[in-house]
Amino acid sequence: MMEFHLFTNYVEIAAVILFSIGFSTLLFHQNLMKKIIGFNIMDTAIFLFLAAKGYIAGRMAPILVEGANDPSLYINPVPSALVLTGIVVSVSVTAFALALVLRLYERYGTLHLDEILYLTRGEHD
Amino acid sequence: MELNPVEIRLLRRFRKMYMVTAFLVSLAMTAVLLLTVFNLPAFGKAGNPAENEVIGRYIEKGLEETGAVNIVAAVILDYRAFDTLGETLVLFTALVAVLMLLKDEAGVFNRRYRERSKFEPEKDQIFRSVAGMLIPCLLVFSIYIIVNGHLSAGGGFAGGAILGATLVLYNIAYGLEKARGFINEKNFLRFITAALLFYSVVKGYSFFTGGNHLPSVIPLGFPGSIFSGGLILPLNITVGIVVACVVYGAFCLFNRGGL
Repeated sequence: MMEFHLFTNYVEIAAVILFSIGFSTLLFHQNLMKKIIGFNIMDTAIFLFLAAKGYIAGRMAPILVEGANDPSLYINPVPSALVLTGIVVSVSVTAFALALVLRLYERYGTLHLDEILYLTRGEHD
Repeated sequence: MELNPVEIRLLRRFRKMYMVTAFLVSLAMTAVLLLTVFNLPAFGKAGNPAENEVIGRYIEKGLEETGAVNIVAAVILDYRAFDTLGETLVLFTALVAVLMLLKDEAGVFNRRYRERSKFEPEKDQIFRSVAGMLIPCLLVFSIYIIVNGHLSAGGGFAGGAILGATLVLYNIAYGLEKARGFINEKNFLRFITAALLFYSVVKGYSFFTGGNHLPSVIPLGFPGSIFSGGLILPLNITVGIVVACVVYGAFCLFNRGGL
């Protein structure tokens, strides 16, 4: 029988809600800066989800205390190590996207995606 | 090219359809994800499928194999050190891309900067004195975090971000000319490439030992002291240098289009 964890999984639910906020920001807004912000909110949702998957109630952070290396005393160190990769990639992608948006703004004088697409219509090179 | 009325009407209709579809898509995705979360194992319970023999292996053998008390540092800088090399290279590549896009050859940024420079905080005496008090403490704190990466929470990425933020604060408070005294474009690129080269050379030895880089040549030291954990301390320092340089370099490029 399948168990439903409606109220125990509140951290994961928060992550899903954050992810949806970011995703709908990405879809609804035509402003490129707001799209980048939505992308960043999605990233944080993923980090929250991964960190929550590593947590085990009542256990210590995976920094060994002298004389105790029993695995049942510490939380899972693997998701914490994986989140780091995600954060680095998120920072890099954000910096690159912001630089691209800055160049687009310099060229077309607007951040609105439709306006930029309209202005690029006549360009052939 | 002006749009004619028919095109405008079509575009309006497309826009309306797009909004409705986007709303439905995000609603459907949220519903699917929430359903998945309800079926996941309970939060924070021991014995979930995520808790398997991998954790046991890392926690039981991590200290004797790597010499690091912090198991996360042991995972990212010893067991999976090549992955961290990839991460620092991703940061470096992002910085190079930003450098290519924003490098200010024509001096447009500089002209714009001079126009608004009378509103810059570097003319502000209160901000300057507070920054003067904060910067030494922040420097010591960031170095503490980087050097204690294998003993406590933190490490090269966290400490490097704080170090980069300190450099940014110095740049804002005292101006670019003064910051150029110790970090300009030339030695900036030297720092970052030297750190990356050091990392790849130091970790590349496992290609010559048959791909097995766990038995370390360096003595692991007494667990809990600063000089323990083999290569983790120097690698934390190199990662910290790269992260600090990337944070500071990105700030300078976005602010004035050059270091």
